[in-house]
Amino acid sequence: MTKSLPTDLAVIPDKGVDGAAARLTPERVARVIQILLAEEGGARLKVYTETCVHCGLCSEACHFYLSNDKDPRFAPAAKVKQTLDPMIRKNGRVSVDFMKKACEIAFTECNLCRRCVMYCPFGIDISYLMLFVRRICHRLGMVPQYIQDTAHSHSATLNQMWVKEDEWIDTLQWQEDEARDEIPDLRIPLEKQGADVMYSVIGPEPKFRAQLIYQAAVIMHAAGVDWTMPATPGWDNSDMCMYTGDSEMMARLKKVHFETAMRLKTKRIVMGECGHAFRSVYDVGNRHLGWKMPPLPMVHAIEFYYELFRDGKLSLAKKYDVPLTLHDPCNVVRGRGLHEMARFVIHKTCTTFIEMHPNREHNYCCGAGGGVINCGPPYAKKRVEGNRVKADQLAAAKAKGARVIIAPCHNCHGGLEDIVKYYELDMEIKFLGDIIYECIEKGEVDS
Amino acid sequence: MMHELYGFLRGPMLWVALLVFFGGSGYRVAAMWRLARKKDAVIFNYSSGYYALRSIFHWLLPFGSRNMRNHPVMTVVAFVFHICLFLVPLFLSAHIILIKESWNVSWPWLPDHAADAMTWMVVAGCGFFAARRIIQPDVRYLTSTSDYLILAAIAVPFVSGTWAFHQWPAFPAATLVHMASAEILLMIIPFTRLSHMLFFPFTRGYMGSEFGAVRKARDW
Repeated sequence: MTKSLPTDLAVIPDKGVDGAAARLTPERVARVIQILLAEEGGARLKVYTETCVHCGLCSEACHFYLSNDKDPRFAPAAKVKQTLDPMIRKNGRVSVDFMKKACEIAFTECNLCRRCVMYCPFGIDISYLMLFVRRICHRLGMVPQYIQDTAHSHSATLNQMWVKEDEWIDTLQWQEDEARDEIPDLRIPLEKQGADVMYSVIGPEPKFRAQLIYQAAVIMHAAGVDWTMPATPGWDNSDMCMYTGDSEMMARLKKVHFETAMRLKTKRIVMGECGHAFRSVYDVGNRHLGWKMPPLPMVHAIEFYYELFRDGKLSLAKKYDVPLTLHDPCNVVRGRGLHEMARFVIHKTCTTFIEMHPNREHNYCCGAGGGVINCGPPYAKKRVEGNRVKADQLAAAKAKGARVIIAPCHNCHGGLEDIVKYYELDMEIKFLGDIIYECIEKGEVDS
Repeated sequence: MMHELYGFLRGPMLWVALLVFFGGSGYRVAAMWRLARKKDAVIFNYSSGYYALRSIFHWLLPFGSRNMRNHPVMTVVAFVFHICLFLVPLFLSAHIILIKESWNVSWPWLPDHAADAMTWMVVAGCGFFAARRIIQPDVRYLTSTSDYLILAAIAVPFVSGTWAFHQWPAFPAATLVHMASAEILLMIIPFTRLSHMLFFPFTRGYMGSEFGAVRKARDW
């Protein structure tokens, strides 16, 4: 496995970043940074940047650092040294070129996975600091083009993928139609008032992975769940605005999501297998709306599946017998501690489970999350080469026999697919839902 | 001249140093608390005593976190260094005798040979950290001049103190250096990266609360 080390500080060309740089002046950069430091920079920013003793104990937490042959520039604290430290020290008087580099670091060299938080003796939250840099970039209009496009989509359509309202409804009905070939009495109930569950998904599901909605419908049907999906905007729980630093838009998205659930008088929200959306709904977006915790109960698919099996709502036709391993996604494991529930579901449905190491809260990031994969093709090579350590970790699991990787998160899926392909690992990646769909008694099967 | 300087360092300057240390520390924490109230309400809303203490406990326990187990040498050095750094000044017989002479209060002290050994452990710790800053590429990259100055600020009072204790050549001057440098060290603690001493419980406790109460996960 070869990899090239970045030899200079040149930034990767990106239309969004370069375009903004052409419009910006150092005076404007300084003013925006000063305003943000004054308005939004509080005690956390101050204490984190002033008490870091530069001990380097966070370095080995980061997959970028480990994968780039321990290049010091990729150590978590080094990313702060290259971005926020000079901005604070010079009170914002940094050059436009400096901002371009800072933008690239904050958007494409940190997945905000918070693994380093667990390695810093003081608990300094580097992901908070990198998000602060992204917030500055956002206010400067300097955001990588691809992820900004998804943010634009969020603003215009309230979903991530420019899905129009009729396309959304049409997709659900199409999946219902398809599924009824297999299970004649299956329904995807739209706009049902007072259902136990509102199922929400991310924009890419109707756009690229509609079969996941099909599978979810089959699982809901088999478990006899009283559920619904909204026919209006608000169905998308994803949130790239959280990652572009557009906090205002993030709050708007979460508001629409929560209000849709309330309009339907649903008892709780169940989210598909996505990590960043979970972080947004459970941990970040709600806070910006002034909700300490989400205003109505909401669970991630892992927890929902766990409940279904725990309560005996699903019965198995068979067990999945290909040896497999589990990738613990940061946002539902470090972000919600769902790792044991995921293992419970796997042990219920699969015959041979092989742990990868490290695992649970200490698992290495997929390299795609935090909006990094959404920054698009310009950064893809850097992203995949910046996660060789994940390839090594997967290869070790494969050496023990694992042929399938379960990744209960969309971003992880995308990231791991790239890694498996680039490093020629020849492993298959699945959602928990894929396994469950394959193994359960589906009810009336029309043969 | 020497006597005047000694009198000054032992008298007024010591009061100034203690005032700056305690006053400065109180001020820093209070100011940060106020700022947090204003800008980081999230810290108070999500803080949980149980999970804060759970996290602090794991990070004050030697080898209590995965990262400590990953770096056993660093862990041992860091713990020994910090423990000695606190115990020696507070439980040194010479210090306690001075306090007894002044205010007639005293408490048990460390045997002199133990205190001496612990002093050298602090100095060796500074040497280890400095060497780490020079040798280890990621730490070298992070290091700025102030990081070396801070190490020197800690090493000087300990070296000069043991110098005076052993009555090595020119020890009266070493005594003055010891007193002056120790007073400087006290005064810079609240205003430099050494303030991690003040803020550690808060940053660790906050992260412990977020991880424990909200995210239901471990952070060690």
